[in-house]
Amino acid sequence: MRLKLVPDETAINFLGSWRITFGISMVLVVLSIVAFFSMGLNFGIDFRGGTSIRTEATQPVDIGAYRAAIAPLAVGDVAISEVFDPTYGPDRNVALVRIQSQEGGESISPAMLAEVEQALRGHDPTLQFTSVESVGPKVSGELVQSAILAVVAALAAVLFYIWLRFEWQFAMGAVAAIVHDIVLTIGLFSVLQIRFDLAIIAALLTIVGYSLNDTVVVFDRMRENFIKYKKREIMDVMNLSLNETLSRTVMTSLTTLLALGSLFVLGGDVIRGFVFAMIWGVVVGTWSSVFVAAVVVKRLGVKRDWSKNDGDGSGTRGGTQFATND
Amino acid sequence: MLQISLWKRLLIILICLGALAFSMPNLFYDRVERHNDAVLLIDQGQDTPELRAERSLWPDWAPSYLVNLGLDLRGGAHLLAEVHVSDVYADRVDGLWPEVRDRLRDARAQVGNVRRLPSDDPAVLRVTVSNPEGMDHALSIVRELARPLQTLTGIGANDLEVRRDGDAIVVTLSEAERAATDDRTMRQSLEIIRRRVDEVGTREPTIMRQGTDRILIQVPGIGSAAELKALIGTTARLTFHPVVRQSSNPDEVPGPREVIYPSMDEPGIFYVLEQTPVVSGEQLVDAQPDFDQNGRPAVSFRFNPAGGRAFGIYTAENIGNPFAIVLDEEVISAPVIQSHIPGGSGIITGRFTVEESTQLAVLLRAGALPAEMTFLEERTIGPELGQDSIDAGSTAAIVAMAAVLIFMVLSYGFFGIIANIALLLNIAMIFALLSLIGATLTLPGIAGIVLTIGMAVDANVLVFERIREEMKTARGAARAIELGYEKALSAILDANITTFITAAILFALGSGPVRGFAVTLGLGIMTSVFTALFVTRLMVVFWFERRRPKTIQI
Repeated sequence: MRLKLVPDETAINFLGSWRITFGISMVLVVLSIVAFFSMGLNFGIDFRGGTSIRTEATQPVDIGAYRAAIAPLAVGDVAISEVFDPTYGPDRNVALVRIQSQEGGESISPAMLAEVEQALRGHDPTLQFTSVESVGPKVSGELVQSAILAVVAALAAVLFYIWLRFEWQFAMGAVAAIVHDIVLTIGLFSVLQIRFDLAIIAALLTIVGYSLNDTVVVFDRMRENFIKYKKREIMDVMNLSLNETLSRTVMTSLTTLLALGSLFVLGGDVIRGFVFAMIWGVVVGTWSSVFVAAVVVKRLGVKRDWSKNDGDGSGTRGGTQFATND
Repeated sequence: MLQISLWKRLLIILICLGALAFSMPNLFYDRVERHNDAVLLIDQGQDTPELRAERSLWPDWAPSYLVNLGLDLRGGAHLLAEVHVSDVYADRVDGLWPEVRDRLRDARAQVGNVRRLPSDDPAVLRVTVSNPEGMDHALSIVRELARPLQTLTGIGANDLEVRRDGDAIVVTLSEAERAATDDRTMRQSLEIIRRRVDEVGTREPTIMRQGTDRILIQVPGIGSAAELKALIGTTARLTFHPVVRQSSNPDEVPGPREVIYPSMDEPGIFYVLEQTPVVSGEQLVDAQPDFDQNGRPAVSFRFNPAGGRAFGIYTAENIGNPFAIVLDEEVISAPVIQSHIPGGSGIITGRFTVEESTQLAVLLRAGALPAEMTFLEERTIGPELGQDSIDAGSTAAIVAMAAVLIFMVLSYGFFGIIANIALLLNIAMIFALLSLIGATLTLPGIAGIVLTIGMAVDANVLVFERIREEMKTARGAARAIELGYEKALSAILDANITTFITAAILFALGSGPVRGFAVTLGLGIMTSVFTALFVTRLMVVFWFERRRPKTIQI
């Protein structure tokens, strides 16, 4: 009667072929780094400075004609792209015109903006300018700095908290998983050349949050089982914990993906990049909790006796800390 | 564990009811907003039948807090301005010169003649005296001008630094005084921008200081950032100067203590003026858009008593001479004084349009900015785009919610329904909190809520899965439920605290969209932990007490 996506008893050997799964992750990380350095990110104006004008017209967007209309103004680099959305009808045609940042610290002069708008209207008088955003180069540099700072600070705080609540091996595992997720997300954005702006940073940090949430739940179960089964092989206990939490992992990932999926399809194009990053993040975040975080903990070795910390373990005292060599 | 004391039950129910009550106004956003606007106007003393009708759209006794909609949802303009705080140093230092000169003149016997030297940096005053032996004496005289600072940070420091550089006395503002001046400049700028924006009467503008020399201005509902820039980017320093002569040569070198300014309307015409104004805009008490005797738009103004007296004396003594009305280093007009103007009021004519004269009056009333500004960042979001985003965001949220609700019922049956009620309460709590703290909901904020919908069930899922597991081993349903909550607690707390940490850091370090997202995510985490640990548990307990099932299907 109940919808059960995961059977009651599972005994999947998640960590059995950890060399392969961990290897896949590492290859993807390397590829992401290569993509980042070879292709770069398609930075939005938040990080690069410049002006972005959103146009809406009843006639179809003609990128060539737009470009031709702006060209005589000599405003430097201009990028024009059409925006598609399933909810737009045939008489709703949206485009984004991006102009490189101009000399000096200022965002944009009203005169230049008026010229550009006039030139575009000359081509298509029905054009509406639904949003105009302009960021001066001075601010964009600072935005990059503060974004990096936010990510690093979040990592440090999380590292500290997990170290406090668990053990340093777990903290390392969690951070390895987070770094994996962030690198893979940045890699995907650079391969697909999706616009990378301030909102994507928010998405990155949410991915950090989600991935952690997932990792911590798995860790929590491992901690519990390490106390319960002191004599069993570390690998068995980890696999057991992963199997026990599998149902929950699948449920939560699915509900989150259901919510994000509807936002992706129906939420409008303004946040589509942001939602895309989060969907990707949920997928890699779930993967990394199992195949990165757990593997790192396993490789680093783990303290098996938690009785001193928790007090609810009843077994023998005198902790043995041992590392396993696979 | 299944026992929950009565007062706890009441408290939990009360919180839930409160959340429902305080989130409800958001369902009737437009009505409540009009009601609130009307109440505000009635409180200010306006009372018309229309306002009363607007007010009755929403009962007065009901909660009427609303979530603020961010610029990306409502449409409006956003500007980040940098104030050139150091501009003010030059004015301060310039203002010192007459006093320095007079003091040294009084001691002419020892120091000889006083002369001001040219200086590369306008914030530095360089003075020399003709008698080198009197230099030390002159230095000590100038040093007497320095005053101890009154600010907390500047205790023990003086406002001026006076030192000798060869045969020159160099006067600059001290470091502490510069900091104090910067602070004053920023506060004045903020105040004047606020007054100017308020004059236009838009709803809930955000005017905030950021860092040492920046001001963030967000005005919902304004058509474009350019419009806002015209309003707050103008210095609006109005001065009245005696005219020395008219010229058509822009490169003409004005004499000492004279300046040359272009005409605003007539290209190619320049005026050489005395540098010291007769009166200035600071002495204005009122300015209104008006029309001159020919029916052309103009601005009428009135001086305070001191300004009016100075203006009256000057016009009486200079009948037949032209004087210039100067706005931000451009001559608006240079009429010839026809007669003595005693009342301290007058009219400025120029080639204005009605809009220009209205705006000039606003600027003059609000006062001049102490320093210039450059705009580092500007964004305009059209109201249509904002409405589209709201529509898209709410459709997505409703579909997301429906999908999750169905999925939960399919997976957990009766317990799924409990989780769903908790989820709805959870959303109500987020909106109630957002409304109560006056937070601003942005598009990424909506995304945060949708993500919360997905993640809020997580805590419940953790508990339910745990109960399922415990059912296999535990003795009886009650024990299984108890153990389920007990054992899921550490996972729920650890998982949510770590996510909350990232939300808090995002809030502290992020800006704009990142912040809006962090607020809803952070609140969502708090409310979802609360609902999972208290609300669903209470519901389960109620159900359990009525049915006393031996075994449970989960």
